[in-house]
This record gives sequence, C-alpha cells and structure tokens, in this order.
Amino acid sequence: MEAHLQHLLNAVVLGGTYALLGIGLTLIFGIMRVVNFTHGELYTFGAYMAYMLAGMMGLNFFMSLAMAAVLGMALGALIEFTLLRPLKGADIDTTMLVMIGAGIAMQAGEQLVWGGVAKSVPSPFPAEPVVLGSVSVGMNRLFVLGVALLLLGGFYLLINRTTLGVAMRATFQDPDTAALMGVNRGLMYTLTFALGSGLAATAGALLGPIFVVTPTMGDLVALKAFAIVILGGLGNIPGATIGGFVLALAEEFGAGYLSSGYRDAMGFLLIIAVLIVRPQGLFAMKERIG
Amino acid sequence: MTARLLPWLFVLVMAVGPLWLGDQYILYVLTSTGIFIIGAMSLNLLLGYTGQLSLGHIAFFGIGAYTSALLSLGFDLDLGGAEPFVLGPQPVWVAFLGGILVAALFGFLIGKLAFRVRGAYFVIVTISFAQVMRMVALNWVDLTEGPMALNNIPPLSVWLPWDGVIPLYRKEYNYLLVLAVAVVCFLVIQRLVQSRVGRALVALRENESLARSVGIDVTRYLVVATVIAAGMAGAAGGLYTHYIRIVDPDVFMFIYTVTMVIMVVTGGKGTLAGPIVGGLAFGILPEVLREVARPEVQWIIYGVAMIVVVFFLPQGIVPAVRNWFAGRRKRVAATALGLRKETSA
Repeated sequence: MEAHLQHLLNAVVLGGTYALLGIGLTLIFGIMRVVNFTHGELYTFGAYMAYMLAGMMGLNFFMSLAMAAVLGMALGALIEFTLLRPLKGADIDTTMLVMIGAGIAMQAGEQLVWGGVAKSVPSPFPAEPVVLGSVSVGMNRLFVLGVALLLLGGFYLLINRTTLGVAMRATFQDPDTAALMGVNRGLMYTLTFALGSGLAATAGALLGPIFVVTPTMGDLVALKAFAIVILGGLGNIPGATIGGFVLALAEEFGAGYLSSGYRDAMGFLLIIAVLIVRPQGLFAMKERIG
Repeated sequence: MTARLLPWLFVLVMAVGPLWLGDQYILYVLTSTGIFIIGAMSLNLLLGYTGQLSLGHIAFFGIGAYTSALLSLGFDLDLGGAEPFVLGPQPVWVAFLGGILVAALFGFLIGKLAFRVRGAYFVIVTISFAQVMRMVALNWVDLTEGPMALNNIPPLSVWLPWDGVIPLYRKEYNYLLVLAVAVVCFLVIQRLVQSRVGRALVALRENESLARSVGIDVTRYLVVATVIAAGMAGAAGGLYTHYIRIVDPDVFMFIYTVTMVIMVVTGGKGTLAGPIVGGLAFGILPEVLREVARPEVQWIIYGVAMIVVVFFLPQGIVPAVRNWFAGRRKRVAATALGLRKETSA
C-alpha cells in the first residue's frame, strides 16, 4: 500500500512538469498548426539558463527561474519571427522540416557553448525529504509541483478569462474571421510561440536542480511531450494537462511494477494502445482520418 | 536515347572511377554514402511518392542491421520454457535476407497501425516507434548485448570464378556490392512508381479523398509501399552491419532518419534521381566539413542547410535543374522562332 501511495505521489509530482511541457506544445500546434521540434531544445535552454544564472553567476535561484522563463519566451519569439513568419501558409510538413533543422542547430549550439559534460544547478532547498505519513517527497520536488500547478492555473485564467485569451481562442477556431474582427494574427502567433517556449524553458529550469543539465536532455522530453499531446489530442489544452498526468502515472507504475528499463517507452505503448482501442483518440480529435 | 543511357553511364563511372582512384578513404566514404542512399531511396518511396513524412525510417534500417547480425552470429533466447531457444550461426546471405524479411514484416505491422492516422499524428507515431526500438536494443541485453554492442559480425561473402567463395573484407568488393544493391533498389523503385501501384500512390498524395472516391484502397497501397520501403531500408541496414561489423543501439538515433530526410528533400522528393543527388551531397559534405569544422559546428551547418533548402529550394535540386533546362529549351525555341520570322520578313 505504501508503495502504491509513493508511486502515486511521484506520478503527481512528475505529471505537473509533463503537463507544462504538453500544454506549451499543444498550444503552438492548435493555434499555429506547427509541430514544434525545438520544444525539447527550449526546455534544455531553460535548464542551461538556470545553470548560468544560479550556478555560474550566483544569482538567487528563484530570480534565475523567472529570468530563464523570460529568456525562453524571448528565444521563442525570435524563432517565430525569423523562421515561421516567412513561411506563413506553408504546409505542415514544410514547417516541420524547418523546425527539425532549427532543433538540430540549437542542440549542436548548446553542445558547442556548454560542452558535453553534465552540469548541475544548485538547489536552494534542504536535501532531507518531507515525510508525509508513510510516504516522503523532496522539498525541491514539492516546489516544482507547486510552481507547475500555479502556472497551469494561471494559464487557464489567461486563456479563459482575459481579452488576450479570447483573441487566442478566436485565432485557434478560425484565423480568418479572427483577423476580420481586428485580432492581430501575426502578433497572436508570436505570442503563442513565445508563451509555449516560455513554458518549456520554465520546465527545464525547474527540473535543472533535480536532474543534471546536458545538451541532449531535451530529446526524450520532446518525445514525451509529443506522446502527451497525442494522448490529449493535438491542440487540446485540457487534454494535454490530463495527458501529462496519465503519462506520469503510466511511467511511475510501469517502472515500479514492470521494468524500469522500459520506463521511457511507456508513452509509446500508451499511444499504441490508444490507436488500437480508440483510433479517434481519447478526446475529440480533428486531425485524424481513415 | 541519351536520356536512357545517362543513368547507366553514371553507374559505370561510379563502378570504375573510385576503384581506379584506389584511395581507401574515398572508397570508405562512398560505401557508407551508398548505404545511406539506399535508405534515402526507400524513404523517398514514402516521403516523395505517398507524401507521408515517416520520421521513424531508421527503425527499419536498425531492425535489418540487428536481425542480420544476430542471424549470422547465432543467438540463444530464454523464452521462459525449460530449454532456451538456440539458433546457431547462419550463412551470411541467409542472415542478410532474414534482415530484409524481418524489416519488411515490421513495415507491415507499423504500416497497419500508423496509417490509421495522418499528418502530425503519423509523424509522431513513427518517431516514437524508432525510439522504442532503440530502447529495446539497449535493454534486451540477453539478445542484443545492449550498449556493449554486437561485435565480430562476419562480412558478407561472394563467389568469384577466380577465387571461389570469399568473405568480403576488402573495401573495393564492399563498395561494388553496395553499388549493385543500390542499382537493384533503384530499378525496383522505378518499376514500382511507373506501375499501377505508383500511380495510385501519387493519386493519394495529391488528393486522398479523391483517390478514395475513385476506388483506390488507400490504406492497402500505403502499407504495400511501407513494406517495400522497410525491406529496402533493412537491406541497407544489413549491408551496414556486415560492412562496419559492429552494431549498437545508437544505430536507431533520430539524427540518422533526419539525414535521410535531408538527402531526399535536398535532392527532390518524388523524383527517382533526387535521393541519389541529395545523398551524394550530404554524404560527402560531412567529410569535407570534417577537415575544417568541429563536429558541433558540422551539425549546426547541417541544421542550417536543412532550413536553407526548405526556404530556397523547396522542390529540391533535381526538379530545379529540370525546370531550368526546360526553361532554356523554351528560350532557345523562342529565339529560333524569332530568327525564322526575321529571315522570312
């Protein structure tokens, strides 16, 4: 029983970050119809920024976290402005190829700047875990969960309660009509990409002190984010949030009770199960045919 | 006439030229480039002719490589029964054909599964497939040796009238073998795309609903194309594994799929010559860059090259050259016409 509870707790903590990664990716796809292959690199970028600011320059960790998020947004806006804006109207495969090229160049750039040796970000929290009855969890992980939930909540408010959110949702539903209603579509695209990138960079900076920072850390994370958005349906934000927690549960319990070596394969197994049982998807999915 | 002879002239030059040069390094580069070109040609069948961006193609290459290696080395497998299943070393060509068959079988299964979805979903499913293959290769240590890799894989052998059956250790023979397999794959693809199947594939690339409405069994044709492409990628994997003679889980890395995609897109997807032109460019480019740039810088150039190609040569090199020639012919014809008018006036 304790083991179940401990796995459940770990899954919830992990699921928070997965949801952050998932909604960033699904938001960009939903509004821009772009499969963002730089998502994992923005996650890595966030982690390196946290390392640079908190680890090398000795800044306050929380301050570094906020700055990593802002820098991630800036980088996202730059990518949108230089690479995606000129390609407006291109089909999904074309933008995908450009994003793959950008992802390769970014990862090699990180390798060039930071080297292949793993870096660690100093954690501001005490090392001893918090014991809650029969289960325990590290202070730093609780903090990650807290920030993730806060961001998820803030994100929902932004989408559902603000004028900006209305404009974004309008662009998502019908870009042409939204433009006729006076929504600045180009600005919406830049903001969307910046927001999604910022979420990925924040996730990277949050997890920096828990794992180590390497140039290839984004590869697996990007694949998991893809699995999450497929589970929830591309462009479906609540779906991606649930998908994040579903994947975390599958990984935790799969690793705990089946085999830890295949932990990272759980996402794919979930996708296969969804394709066999419910090819139309767990939630409503528009993209599918056949 | 010249247009029909040109490909054979190219094959002849490729067969004789490098051997005449006799430089071992050039032979090595061309052999590995040739293996990747076979992979790119098979990918082109999916990417270029059916229009499906399959980003897990390296999985079939890796499956072919591992299957061929395991069959030629022999293996034992504990299936939970009293006695483990033991298979002794098989002749290399049996192993090679086994690799092609198993890769094609996976092509069938994945085709059946992945073609339930299209677009971004399809892309992500295929990427995940290759990643899971990598994890299986890493974790199933009893069979694959995991990160320790499979070593001492025997080279392919060949019967020569003057030597009898000899194992192909020499680079010259391996190079010619790769060239021969590439020619066979090219001819198969050429026949295929000019047949009924090929026309059905192009029809569904251009407009899937329309193709469906005139009675083309879309999914069946897609699966057929995937099976053939997977078998060819498996053959490339087999050639690779018996040439390099070591195979580890890194063979499944995403970057290799990307390399094949760049080759196809740069050369011109949906053209027969495209993967060869793009393959030669991107097979030789890293070797040239190696002299002047660090590996990281090479990858940056790779990524940027991919963006530049999509931006400025979206159709690829082969269609661009073809259009240029067509345009020139038109201009030449126009000038000739103008001249005649002047003389008659």
